[in-house]
Amino acid sequence: MAKKTIGVLALQGAFREHEEMLIRLGADYREIRQAEDFTDDIAGIILPGGESTTQRKLLHATGLFAPLQQRIAEGLPVLATCAGLILLAQKLSNDSGAGLGTLPVLVRRNAYGRQLGSFASTAPLREIGDFPMRFIRAPYIEQVLQGDVEVLGTYQGKITAVRYHHQLAMSFHPELTQDGRVHQLFLQMVAAA
Amino acid sequence: MAELKEDNRYELNKELAQMLKGGVIMDVTTPEQAKVAEAAGACAVMALERIPADIRAAGGVARMSDPAMIKGIQQAVSIPVMAKCRIGHFVEAQLLQAIEIDYIDESEVLSPADDVYHINKREFAVPFVCGARDLGEALRRINEGAAMIRTKGEPGTGDVVQAVRHMRAINKQMTQLTALREDELFEAAKQYQVPYELVQYVHAHGRLPVVNFAAGGVATPADAALMMQLGADGVFVGSGIFKSGNPAKRAAAIVEAVTNYQDAERIARLSENLGEAMVGINEDEIQLLMAERGK
Repeated sequence: MAKKTIGVLALQGAFREHEEMLIRLGADYREIRQAEDFTDDIAGIILPGGESTTQRKLLHATGLFAPLQQRIAEGLPVLATCAGLILLAQKLSNDSGAGLGTLPVLVRRNAYGRQLGSFASTAPLREIGDFPMRFIRAPYIEQVLQGDVEVLGTYQGKITAVRYHHQLAMSFHPELTQDGRVHQLFLQMVAAA
Repeated sequence: MAELKEDNRYELNKELAQMLKGGVIMDVTTPEQAKVAEAAGACAVMALERIPADIRAAGGVARMSDPAMIKGIQQAVSIPVMAKCRIGHFVEAQLLQAIEIDYIDESEVLSPADDVYHINKREFAVPFVCGARDLGEALRRINEGAAMIRTKGEPGTGDVVQAVRHMRAINKQMTQLTALREDELFEAAKQYQVPYELVQYVHAHGRLPVVNFAAGGVATPADAALMMQLGADGVFVGSGIFKSGNPAKRAAAIVEAVTNYQDAERIARLSENLGEAMVGINEDEIQLLMAERGK
């Protein structure tokens, strides 16, 4: 069987860091910059950190919004970090803009304030254990909106990582660390899909 | 307790710049302009009282903007807000940090406050971006604590020639460094007037240890794509947007051109009917070369 290809949404932000992680783990990937790149053979998609307002605008401008939303709703495995989590969230508590909305959580943008509020920590993640977490003008999840959303991690009482069936999302940046375990978990989800 | 806050502010500050990559940072002078920029897809805005073209026209001493004006812009948008202080004016930088700016641009666009020393940026918790014309300037600013570099270009001219020159110079010098023997790096460090470790990083990685944007004179989607194809991580657009005929449309077109910078057909489409570009000034017509400030 041919190796599966992971799509990395490359509209804006820290997508190269995800690609470097995929290379380290021996996975094949393709950058998704426009609708033509998002072909049927993409077996999983990574939504990277960056500015969610910029990425949302570009999803519409490039015609990627509808096909991406549809395929995630149909079961395409997705790994979303920071801005990616904001794009996936069904609801935002402090932003009226609508994202892909496939993940039933309520997210607060810039929840720790401006850049002076950015921080790093190490905290436990379910199924993985202690994991280095980097929060850059990060959001957090105020509330899960359905009982079947699994909480994978919290920091100081706030939800920072969840899994909902084939959707894995977190408010921090595993791609900025040398620790490949989150990406490995995602690749396992892709392999099992 | 496994939770432990780690003190690595500089790393976090470099990482914010990584999140800005592939994006466009736009100069804005009012909350209304900031909203136009955000809606067009800007990944950050630079709050300043006068855009470089007007600073150039007005002459006189250009200083840090009124904090009230910057706060108005911080309240208007959810994306990162940057602001400029004068080269060497560490008190202006302290004020910008006090109002929790996301990035400080120690900028040659303003009148320098110190003709010898730059700000010791290592003392600050907020990140700094600085301009550079060549690799030596870039590495010296990084050594002082800059978490992001941009080309100086020639601000407020709508003429991209200097940004191109600076980006090419930095790239060429980095390529040369990667080709040196290990034992030649000590001499290179001496020539660039920077610590050996920074030279060694470029030698090993072929790039700067921080994100490098293009800035100065970018006025069209094609200009922005040119800088991306030359290796910029992203683009600052100063006077080019709000000095043009249709700022909202031009801003959106530049944002899209930066994402798909290798797709000429798309950029051609994006470049249609954008209205008047800003009136440019050629570099040989200008009296004041801002890029000469701060070396």
